[in-house]
Amino acid sequence: MTNLARIALILALLSPVSLPILLATPALAVQPDEMLKNPKLEARAREISKGLRCLVCRNEDIDESNAALAHDLRVLVRKRILAGDTNSQVVNYIVARYGEYVLLKPNTRGANLILWIAGPAMLVAGAVIAIVTQRRRRRAGESGPGLDAEEERRLAEIMRE
Amino acid sequence: MTARRGYDPRMIVELGHFALVLALFVAVVQTVLPLIGAHKGWPGWMALAEPAATTQFLLVAFSFAALTYAFVTDDFSLRLVVDNSNTLKPMLYKVAGVWGNHEGSMLLWVLILSLFGACAAWFGGNLPPSLKARVLAVQALIGVAFYLFILFTSNPFWRVDPAPMNGQGMNPLLQDPGLAFHPPFLYLGYVGLSMSFSFAIAALIEGRVDAAWARWVRPWTLTAWLFLTIGIALGSLWAYYELGWGGFWFWDPTENASFMPWLIAAALLHSAIVVEKREALKSWTILLAILAFGFSLIGTFIVRSGVITSVHAFATDPTRGVFILALIAAFMGVALTLFAIRAPAMEAKGVFSTVSRETALVANNVLLAVACFVVFIGTIWPLIAELAFNRKLSVGAPFFDMAFTPFMVALAIILPLGTLMPWKRGRLGRVMRPLWGGLALALAIALLVYAMQSGHSALGPIGLGLGVWLVFGASVDLMSRTGRGGLRARLGRLARLPRADWGRAVAHGGLGLSIFGIAAVMAWQVEDIRVAQLGDSYDVGGYNITLKDVHDTKGPNYTAKTADVIVTRDGHQVAVMHPEKRFYPVAGMPTTEAAIRPGLTRDLYVVVGDPQKQGGYAVRTYIKPFAVWIWGGALIMAFGGALSLSDRRYRVAAGARRAAPAPQDPVPAE
Repeated sequence: MTNLARIALILALLSPVSLPILLATPALAVQPDEMLKNPKLEARAREISKGLRCLVCRNEDIDESNAALAHDLRVLVRKRILAGDTNSQVVNYIVARYGEYVLLKPNTRGANLILWIAGPAMLVAGAVIAIVTQRRRRRAGESGPGLDAEEERRLAEIMRE
Repeated sequence: MTARRGYDPRMIVELGHFALVLALFVAVVQTVLPLIGAHKGWPGWMALAEPAATTQFLLVAFSFAALTYAFVTDDFSLRLVVDNSNTLKPMLYKVAGVWGNHEGSMLLWVLILSLFGACAAWFGGNLPPSLKARVLAVQALIGVAFYLFILFTSNPFWRVDPAPMNGQGMNPLLQDPGLAFHPPFLYLGYVGLSMSFSFAIAALIEGRVDAAWARWVRPWTLTAWLFLTIGIALGSLWAYYELGWGGFWFWDPTENASFMPWLIAAALLHSAIVVEKREALKSWTILLAILAFGFSLIGTFIVRSGVITSVHAFATDPTRGVFILALIAAFMGVALTLFAIRAPAMEAKGVFSTVSRETALVANNVLLAVACFVVFIGTIWPLIAELAFNRKLSVGAPFFDMAFTPFMVALAIILPLGTLMPWKRGRLGRVMRPLWGGLALALAIALLVYAMQSGHSALGPIGLGLGVWLVFGASVDLMSRTGRGGLRARLGRLARLPRADWGRAVAHGGLGLSIFGIAAVMAWQVEDIRVAQLGDSYDVGGYNITLKDVHDTKGPNYTAKTADVIVTRDGHQVAVMHPEKRFYPVAGMPTTEAAIRPGLTRDLYVVVGDPQKQGGYAVRTYIKPFAVWIWGGALIMAFGGALSLSDRRYRVAAGARRAAPAPQDPVPAE
């Protein structure tokens, strides 16, 4: 292994923010000469690029990445736009060639549904649990004499201290 | 190398290694004897925990100092120094290099762990002896696990023979003051949550959770949370000015690793208030304390094992990852089992109605916990999808932006209501009365800006509206504590409000500023990418930019091409900026240094890239509106935490349990 590769490997295991360090070498990302003349089409290309992952990078979209592959994908996206594809057609075209790994926002097909509904489902569950607990507690608070024997004992213990 | 081992000052390194081994044994003693002592009621055995905690800290501190010494003196007989340092490195980064790598950062981890333990021993004078003994014992047990981890999988004291003449340096991107101090803050936060965990476990063993317990555990959580806040803000700031295009948050697994404990710690802070004031939510608070540290461990696992970065990297060298996984399983397994056995006995005392501060804080907790869960599942989903469904997929920023943000928006909306809500039973109408003005103001500003900006996303106006709502709410919250009377009298009383009141208002206001900054940058950033020849002028977002010159410069361990970029507005010069492209020969690596001119209303951000074939340079110019508010807000939040921490009631908490069970304060302050 070269020294650089070893440093890279160590860095991968490194500090809590090692982040895209590994590939954030020269600042390149989207280049002036790649950009489309038509600002509307270019804006679409940028938007699509931000949702596509640079396949050889760590958590970077192709718009920000400096990798050669990201450059190729940026050019490809613009080619498809010039060919008249809609945004979703461009994305589908890329996914058909590179797999769903390229999508930074996973689709909702199959098991991915779990990922998407996890948050809302847990919110509902949390709310239901909170309400049920609250109801039960209030009912207990209303009917009960306040303290049961165990609580009396503990209160006495606390007071003694 | 002519120096002989054993006869030169490098012996210090061996002593440091030895001290670490000793610390392990002290920690074992500190775990076992005080636990037995607390169980049997033997004061001598319990009291042993205190000197042990101090000793443990001193040993680890010596060990850490020895490693620092090796870095500072360029001791290249140490493999870690060879891999991460170089004689050419400036002194600050030689020191920071100690924790800028896996082994050293784990040593920093245990240093902070033992420091927290020692602090509990030194400042925990008011704790009942048995609780104190148990807290210190649990803290030491965590230490035992991590000493073993370091000594067996990540030993920073391994030698190389023969020692090379020079080291390989460190990634130049890490050569930055922001990053140098980022890990210590983050670890103070991460590891600080071990204290909340130890308190929770000790309380479960004791079988008692009451207001006094909450009052003891809250300062530790608050300390951890405020360091985490600073650590996360520093990391984000570093990403902003160092990584290229001024992104401030990438939803990278390593970032999420620190964000998850932050969210849970924030929830824990709030639920501990309910335990302290109303003796409700006890078991939930204990669970949060366990989970908060659990997420710290998960974060350590994510960052240290490399599993999320690449499953293959993990598979080729799984020792560290498997070790930490086993740690998580052991600690969480035991803690949650203990919780399941003991929690049902912790009946809540305080009964509250549906409209009450308790309910508001429960909502806060549910939202924060769900938000944390979303981050968690998004972070590990690629792993689950690959292992369980054989699908290779990515979960990136677009998912998190979409799935996480709604919960934060909901939290910000209910926040001012919650701070004004009375305990036990409140009336929405009365709580809203002082807030209607703020609500109207926030909506009016948001709508006005939305109408004016035409075409931009609604994110900016929403963030602005939320920011106004939160800051207004925080002001109303403060004023509402000043009682009755004329405005002058009330303003006079503001200064004498408890620090905790100020802390709460300041922290909530800071959150509002951060939310606004984030939304503003995401919605209103102006960007320009072009090839500029020397002398070219162009307009970006109301500013005129001129690329005047590009020339060679030299730094301590790099060479650079430095540009002079002149920025004017309406004919007046605003700034001369010097973006750089650096080359670090030791690492063989180029980096881009953006030039940033920060301002209250906007940051100017200029990057100069490579020379182009047809002449000129690729130049990127960004106007980033209200960017500094993101980190300013975070620092204000942390400052609020510090204010709250300095509140009298934590400083004079001594004997709190012995004092009358009813609080002396007629108005509960937090």
